[in-house]
Amino acid sequence: MNSEPRVVLSRDDVRRAVTRIAHEIVERNHGAADLVLVGLQRGGMWIAEALASVLHTVDPTVTVPVGALDVSFHRDDVGLRPIVPGSVTDIPVPLDGRTVVLTDDVLFTGRTVRAALEALNEYGRPRAVQLAVMVDRGHRELPIRPDFVGKNLPTSRDEQVAATLDGVTIR
Amino acid sequence: MSRLIITGGTLLDHTGERPGSIAVADGHIVDVATTIDTTEHDTVLDATGCIVSPGFVDLHVHLREPGKEEAETIETGSRAAALGGFTAVVAMPNTDPAQDSVAVVEFVRAQGVRAGLCDVLPAGCITIGRAGERLAPYGELSAAGVHLFTDDGNGVQDPQLMRRALEYAGPLGIVLAQHCEVASLTKGAVMHEGSCCSRLGLPGWPAIAEELMVFRDIELVRLTGVRMHFLHLSTARSVQLVREAKAQGLPITAEAAPHHFTLTDEALAGYDPLFKVNPPLRTPADIAALKEGLADGTIDAIATDHAPHAPHTKEVPLDEAPPGMLGLETALALAITELDMPLAHIVGALSWRPAAIAGVAHRHGRPLVVGEPANITVFDPAAQWTVVPANLASKSRNTPYAGRHLTGKVRHTVFDGAAVVIDGVAQR
Amino acid sequence: MSTHAKHLLAIDDLTPEQIHHLLELTDHMVEVSGRSIPKVPALRGKNVVSLFFEDSTRTRTSFDTAAKRLSADTMNFTVSSSSVSKGESLRDTIETISAMGVDAFVIRHKSSGAPQMVTRWTNASIINAGDGWHQHPTQALLDCYTIRTGLNRRDGFDGLHIAIVGDIKHSRVARSDIQAFAALGARVTLVAPPTLLPPSIADWPVEVSHSLDPLLPHLDVLYLLRVQRERMADALLPSLDEYSAMYGLTAARAAKLPPHALVMHPGPMNRGVEMVVDPGELPGSAILHQVTNGVAVRMAVLFWLLGSGSDLKGDV
Repeated sequence: MNSEPRVVLSRDDVRRAVTRIAHEIVERNHGAADLVLVGLQRGGMWIAEALASVLHTVDPTVTVPVGALDVSFHRDDVGLRPIVPGSVTDIPVPLDGRTVVLTDDVLFTGRTVRAALEALNEYGRPRAVQLAVMVDRGHRELPIRPDFVGKNLPTSRDEQVAATLDGVTIR
Repeated sequence: MSRLIITGGTLLDHTGERPGSIAVADGHIVDVATTIDTTEHDTVLDATGCIVSPGFVDLHVHLREPGKEEAETIETGSRAAALGGFTAVVAMPNTDPAQDSVAVVEFVRAQGVRAGLCDVLPAGCITIGRAGERLAPYGELSAAGVHLFTDDGNGVQDPQLMRRALEYAGPLGIVLAQHCEVASLTKGAVMHEGSCCSRLGLPGWPAIAEELMVFRDIELVRLTGVRMHFLHLSTARSVQLVREAKAQGLPITAEAAPHHFTLTDEALAGYDPLFKVNPPLRTPADIAALKEGLADGTIDAIATDHAPHAPHTKEVPLDEAPPGMLGLETALALAITELDMPLAHIVGALSWRPAAIAGVAHRHGRPLVVGEPANITVFDPAAQWTVVPANLASKSRNTPYAGRHLTGKVRHTVFDGAAVVIDGVAQR
Repeated sequence: MSTHAKHLLAIDDLTPEQIHHLLELTDHMVEVSGRSIPKVPALRGKNVVSLFFEDSTRTRTSFDTAAKRLSADTMNFTVSSSSVSKGESLRDTIETISAMGVDAFVIRHKSSGAPQMVTRWTNASIINAGDGWHQHPTQALLDCYTIRTGLNRRDGFDGLHIAIVGDIKHSRVARSDIQAFAALGARVTLVAPPTLLPPSIADWPVEVSHSLDPLLPHLDVLYLLRVQRERMADALLPSLDEYSAMYGLTAARAAKLPPHALVMHPGPMNRGVEMVVDPGELPGSAILHQVTNGVAVRMAVLFWLLGSGSDLKGDV
């Protein structure tokens, strides 16, 4: 395993990808009404907030609500991911009849997204749930597919991918 | 005639130390010399590198028979004693039935003779049933050979009763021994009253509960002129009171148990009932005072308070567990390892000084000289060993020293001229 | 992130970081408890067995609710002393029940140290729900959580002055609270007559006062302990009336507290003794919050011991 991270997307690349995804969301959903952005754990929060900001620029009449979803209690793994403080679930609006766009930084096995779908059930019955991720790195173990992707990045299992506002790196 | 020859050791008795060998026959010492020639009829006990001393006398042992034979019997306790180098033990009277009648005393003595491993000297009670209300029949019991009387397990609470007991006992030449504990101060107590019990949330046994009775009895001795012995002193102040009383010429003797001069109350931090004992383990300052008391002779004897308890009784919460620890097989090693005293002084505290208090100085603690009864201990003061509870001869396993590395071990024990322990193995 | 532990026996087994972590975890559990269906699958398949050798409906149901909200299976045994004295020792009871497959025991016992002793006889995690006079760690944690939210002190208790009043000597709640409050940085004063204080507390992180009134205007939290009738029989108190006159929370004393101050009690209360005024009339009373927070705190403890495992690589 290399110790030096390799930059795959620069900060500007990420900013452009976020803008493109925001437009794709609006196009797919015929507007920004009835949308709710829900960021997964900590990794997906920055994307939800960045998307909300771009969406507001595109259509200042609409403010898309942003929620946070912590799925640690719904995971199916044996050793559960420890809770990271500060990411208590907060869904600001009821989800009935709304379109939820789940956001996460890196899509890998799909298990976290499965847990998120289960957790979302506690907060209402969305009309639809769509998934937006900055990086899809492959190796899916469940039938989960993203609706919106910043970059498709083939990786080997033991590589680590990090995606933030500052860029995407792999090592 | 076949003899028992103890060869190549260092003889140590109250007259001093010299290299030598001993020949024993017919229960007595028949020859003492630098070397002794052996024949093939003789049994030879190799004492190279060892101290050869008069056998030890334990003033305070619970043999549990009659009444609690699942914890220990007179036979298993005698075996543990012999392995510990003891040729005589005073059997505490808190049996069931109590040793407050001639019948029970004779039973205990007979069981000891049957085991044939050491002298079992039954103690009598100060009060009937140890209930603290009526005097036990000292005259009758002393005529049956009982010399030491105690309510051990309880102290005699009533000062008037204790005064009468001393006055009555005076002309009989017996010794009353006190377990000093003012019961109203120790109700429900589980361990020493101090910072550890405060933290652990347990009722405490304050030092003053012992010291008040030590003080009281010293004054009663002063009043009546009758001698007394104090069992298991455990506090610094108790030692000081006894030191002052002896300096004033009062006829007082005292003993201390090895667990009180080697373990502190912090041993109970894990709530392990193996460390629960009465009186309780106390503080480093108390340990220092007990060691000093042994060194300057304020405390006359090391007495183990050997208290076996069946394993399941110690596997309950601390407040429900019975107090008491094994002691016979670890006493010598703990004294050698932990006491900064000349070996002769240690042996004195194990041998001739307790022999005098127990009234058996004519048979035990004798000088190693031709004609004397052959009650002899041979021990290696440098032998290293580790305490393994499963290897102890006692029927019980409640030693607080499991896994401890100790220095000093008995190699042979000769009781009444017979080798009852050879190379660390009991012969019966 | 706090390292996982196997048991929760006493507050002084926890570092301040671990205490903070458990309080933060409790925030998550409060959120779960607020959902329309307050249940998550986090401890599905785990067996949590309550063994209460001293009954306490309140604590026992609090733990049971907490375990069920995490989808654990539960079994409850209230062992009255008569059934234990029928010959089954504590060890036998534990080993028999363990053989059925237990992930955690929640134990309350009249003997200090009993839960610690139990760790020898089973591989399960042990949670101390109160042992003799020794510790009641989940009570202390819920007390800390109540203060944290009631006084909005998420970063710790530096500068807070907390008085604990009553029978400290016999109180496992007091021993746990003292350690927890001090670990979080609070100034703790014990208020009691000398007979109700433990024998040696010189090395405890507390101040001691025998007089309550001068302290009242300076307190952020007034924590009252139950005083029992039995203490009079042991010559610890002349009478409960005298205790009440000197240390009881009367309306007059309550009026001396600063407006923001919290009044707390672990329950059950002796009305007219330590609590003279009706707590319903006290704006600062956090007593009902203590009860509500109890379930969330116990959920956090169960999850921390049984669920939060080792770190995963970042897979999604």
